[in-house]
Amino acid sequence: MPDHSPSTALRFLLNGEPVVVGGCSPQTTLLEYLREQRRLTGTKEGCAEGDCGACTVVLAEIAPVTGAIAWQPINACIRLLPSVAGKAVFTIESLAATDGAQHPVQQAMVACHASQCGFCTPGFTMSLFGLYKSGQKPTRAVIEDALSGNLCRCTGYRPIVEAALAMVDFPSPNGWRGAVDIEANESTLKMALAALADPQPLQFSGDGATWFAPRTVDQLAAVVAAHPAARIVAGATDVGLWVTKQHKNIGDIVYVGDVADLRRIDTSATHVELGAAVSLTAAFAALDSQWPELHEAWVRFASVPIRNSGTLGGNIANGSPIGDSMPALMALGATVILRHRDRERELPLEELYIAYQRSAMIPGEFLVRIRIPRRAPGLSLRAYKISKRFDQDISAVFVCFALTIDREITTSARIGCGGVAATPRRATATEASLAGQRWNDTNAEAAADKLSSEFAPIGDMRASAHYRRTVLGNLLRRFRLETSGAPLTTRIAQVTLAAD
Amino acid sequence: MNARHPRATSTDNAVDAMLVGAGVPHESAALHVAGTAHYTDDIQEPHGTLHLAIGTSPIAHGRLRGVDLAAVRAAPGVVDVITAADIPGINDVGPIQHDDPVFANGVVQFVGQPVFAVAATSVNTARRAARLAIYDIEPLTPILTIEAAMAAQSFVLPPVHVTRGDAAAALARAPRRLQGTVAVGGQDHFYLEGQIALAIPVEHGGMHIHTSTQHPGEVQHMVAHVLGLAAHDVVVECRRMGGGFGGKETQMSLFACAAALIARRTGRAAKLRLDRDDDMRSTGKRHAFTYQYDVGFDAQGRILGLDLTLASRCGFSADLSGPVNDRAVFHADNTYWLPDVALHSYRCKTNTVSDTAFRGFGGPQGMFPIENIIDEVAHALGRDPLDVRHVNLYGTTTQNITPYGMPIEDNIAPALIAQLESSSRYRQRREDIAVWNDANPVIKRGIALTPVKFGISFTATHYNQAGALLHLYNDGTLLLNHGGTEMGQGLFTKVAQIVAQELGVAMDAIRVSASDTSKVPNASPTAASSGSDLNGMAARNAARTLRERLVTFAARKFDCDPQIIEFRGGIVTAGSKTLPFADLVHLAYMARVQLSATGFYATPKIHYDRKTLSGRPFFYFAYGAAVSEVAIDTLTGEHRLLAVDILHDVGTSLNPALDRGQIEGGFVQGWGWLALEELWWNDRGELKTYAPSTYKIPTAHDVPAHFRIDFFDAPNREETIYRSKAVGEPPLMLALSGFAALRDAIASTDRHRRSPRLDAPATDERILASITELRQRAISHG
Repeated sequence: MPDHSPSTALRFLLNGEPVVVGGCSPQTTLLEYLREQRRLTGTKEGCAEGDCGACTVVLAEIAPVTGAIAWQPINACIRLLPSVAGKAVFTIESLAATDGAQHPVQQAMVACHASQCGFCTPGFTMSLFGLYKSGQKPTRAVIEDALSGNLCRCTGYRPIVEAALAMVDFPSPNGWRGAVDIEANESTLKMALAALADPQPLQFSGDGATWFAPRTVDQLAAVVAAHPAARIVAGATDVGLWVTKQHKNIGDIVYVGDVADLRRIDTSATHVELGAAVSLTAAFAALDSQWPELHEAWVRFASVPIRNSGTLGGNIANGSPIGDSMPALMALGATVILRHRDRERELPLEELYIAYQRSAMIPGEFLVRIRIPRRAPGLSLRAYKISKRFDQDISAVFVCFALTIDREITTSARIGCGGVAATPRRATATEASLAGQRWNDTNAEAAADKLSSEFAPIGDMRASAHYRRTVLGNLLRRFRLETSGAPLTTRIAQVTLAAD
Repeated sequence: MNARHPRATSTDNAVDAMLVGAGVPHESAALHVAGTAHYTDDIQEPHGTLHLAIGTSPIAHGRLRGVDLAAVRAAPGVVDVITAADIPGINDVGPIQHDDPVFANGVVQFVGQPVFAVAATSVNTARRAARLAIYDIEPLTPILTIEAAMAAQSFVLPPVHVTRGDAAAALARAPRRLQGTVAVGGQDHFYLEGQIALAIPVEHGGMHIHTSTQHPGEVQHMVAHVLGLAAHDVVVECRRMGGGFGGKETQMSLFACAAALIARRTGRAAKLRLDRDDDMRSTGKRHAFTYQYDVGFDAQGRILGLDLTLASRCGFSADLSGPVNDRAVFHADNTYWLPDVALHSYRCKTNTVSDTAFRGFGGPQGMFPIENIIDEVAHALGRDPLDVRHVNLYGTTTQNITPYGMPIEDNIAPALIAQLESSSRYRQRREDIAVWNDANPVIKRGIALTPVKFGISFTATHYNQAGALLHLYNDGTLLLNHGGTEMGQGLFTKVAQIVAQELGVAMDAIRVSASDTSKVPNASPTAASSGSDLNGMAARNAARTLRERLVTFAARKFDCDPQIIEFRGGIVTAGSKTLPFADLVHLAYMARVQLSATGFYATPKIHYDRKTLSGRPFFYFAYGAAVSEVAIDTLTGEHRLLAVDILHDVGTSLNPALDRGQIEGGFVQGWGWLALEELWWNDRGELKTYAPSTYKIPTAHDVPAHFRIDFFDAPNREETIYRSKAVGEPPLMLALSGFAALRDAIASTDRHRRSPRLDAPATDERILASITELRQRAISHG
């Protein structure tokens, strides 16, 4: 009979050293812990909402699928401390070698004059450290993405990008501050992480609230059933702001990030299935293999650190009208698998959303996985995001067009829209106007007009209602141009300079 | 080669090289990348430190009948709560006018105005408690926009008019004439480190304040008079800021005072670190402006007469709005000769946060309309806007008097523009773009070259002074202090280079130390791009004093001619005697030579009449020009900066690596102001873009791969420190080229027949609206 009594000690590695935290409030943030309890003040608070990156630290864990160490920059400001249990946290203080020699990333930052006021610098350095450890060749596009979650107000970024291009050319020092020589030999870190691995659920209380971290879906179902008022949390990229900005008392928290089955990605002959706790980073990589046309939309989804912490299930369950994954998944015909106690049910994604911040889920029910039918032949697919800034911005409008075209006839049309109503929506009237019709300029133009008038969006700080309606129609016009075979430049990103 | 490439040079063997002019890394670079550079929030707090949060008005304008703080006081962990009634001294932190209360008293004047502060045992406790207040406010009608303020004649300061000649007559006579309106938005500083102050009570009822400020001296005076103390009872210290950009010139006083009040009442150290949301809602920003113009010109595009109204939103109080708007007027000409001109400046009072200094200090808003006007004139004549810019440039011996009566003695704009026009291949690229635009119906490209001429000196003449304090210890190391502050611009590095150069020692012989009111008194703010000009000179004077004492001593000691004594590479040569600098210092100490010196500097030549805005407000001008190329999407209004070529005038560079950083950073910040960053208030006067989730400053992706910076090769003709020029602010205005390029791309949708109407920031939505409006005008005019 296996012992099912939960563990109560929160253990993780901090800069290579094992630490045990006892008796913290479950809603303590990682940044609070680092700065206030450990006086590791190199990690900064710039915004406390995961948008500036001054708090970037790198989280290392053994990746569920590959077994290799995944090095993930994350925002410490909105990450809940207990969610790093079993993982390794590296802060800026760990970067230099034991003899003080700078890490290649640090050497490059200094050599390229990449710091001015220096306040954002630890965050940038850690994002670049994450990139360095990823082993990717740092091209300009890769670097821009790696830095999508870091704001600098002084340098204009050019020297930071230059440091990122140059960092691989700087010598690597011997030795690493902390207990293990991670740089040279990751097996030491793997062993340290393996030693921390705990098959038991984690459960502890502090400040009048309890943290539940089940390991299996059955355990999760039991906890949720027993504590229906507890808040389900994964990366806390939204719930973290309830703590830091709204100063809410979250109460009991059920953390789903350690439920192994919810981190599975399964591809069958008919479907791609993504567990609810699969990180956005991992989910988008899986989607890219089937639907590469969506890649740009995913690159523009929040930032690298947010995508590392946040989960696809969290984006869906949160149900924000301006969440970017849902319109695309609706266009792909995704369904969601919900579970209540021991019963599962499947719903088309669009039926999950009833009204603003209201879903079809009943108390005690939770999202298990997302199921997407594999690509149909003849699919024309595009996702377009409109926001004030390319990186890390909330959409004014997000639209995904998925048309199946057979001998110039649209046999199926699915259009998912965000930012146009109180929930993510399909443009059913526009879809109906296209289905069964010839895919030509005339019909596309009529559909564009229809799409412009299909919704009654609000106007706010992101865009006026008029702009949202206009641009919806114009994005259908863009989609027509891009799928009509005309060799036209339709995207500002495609413009290159003759001089370069 | 006319231009030098400003890439950094290695400093490893800088001991033998000229230190001034080398690309020495920022003095804190190694600390920055290690996370060991200390900012105010990183200072170890004294035992029992209290943490503050502020409670702010939820109403834009109203009579504050009272605030029920019972729940705030009763919250667990709360130690003290203070309102206006608890201020022992004067409830005011206005830097010039006295209209800026620490805490609202009787009336609230904007959403986010501090009404009280609560002190508790932790940050979270204080922030939670601050939300429990119940406000009793009788709403009054707010004035929220420039238009509403102009209609109500609501001003924080009286209007100012600067005229030369007879603009009305020139307009009436001009062969061509056009009128228009345009507007530019404000800008949040978005320094990465928010406002913060730590107040530690000391003996005699005094205060030691650690804060992130560009003006420690002002914090000192504000804390003193709010607490009812004398200046000598308050010490203010700042090692470095995590960015300032003008946002910490006056804005930190209120928060330092709140922390000091709590520290005074409780006898405990007190810290106020603003949450980002509170910081963005409760602190001032760049002034938004609207403009009306009437311009007369000839067939070449020469401006003959101009009547220009500049109206700014100042917010509820004057703060620095007087000098900001003065500087806007001083820059309405930019590089252009305006023979008959009338400039009207209105400083509008609105129920919004009080706007303040921001890099450029009104200069960018002064230049914005004239560049727009030049484009309008060019379109009216069917000429390339660059040609119209050329024909309007100031002369060097004639047509070189500004509207405020200052002769321009250093006009390098024509040569600088010509050089950039050639090096950027402007003409060829314009042709290439025309070909592209003919072939591409959806994505259009645009290009523009705009110049900058920026006046250097504080217009508050008395601010143009600086002090330095230099200690030489008997081991040969130096501790340098001056009145300037370090906010990332590299001032401490440049001043250390100057001292190292003067004394012939290596950089690591010098430790720069925190700005501290107890070391250099009455220091001016680090602002107006003047940091190196002023503090560099003061520090050089201190270093020269020490050097002279050492020379006198060495000449006597080694019996040689003082003229032949050399300090170089850490070695002193006195005739046949050669010894390490440290050895000479030790000998001097043993011989009781004074090894500490102060230095002082006051800028010469400047004077002007504040009433008429006439005279010579500036010691010299800094120049620059930029070519920007953009692409726009005519279906969505999305835009992208494709390429930037900059030629900038830093005189003889003190540090090309740091100067390049200022140019690049300034340009990108200016681009954010003009093309990305939108401050958005609702009709209740609530700012809805109060965090980086909604207020979008540029990211790495927004900066083009083609971003070329060259220096214009000419020393400052005025006797500045090593003939360098100030560089902090002028590059920001180079981004006007990007805005003009956007206008150019929009105009291409109408084959450049009409001038587009475009306000800043040029969001996607504004660009799409501008394209649509142009199309409608084309249809209605045929």
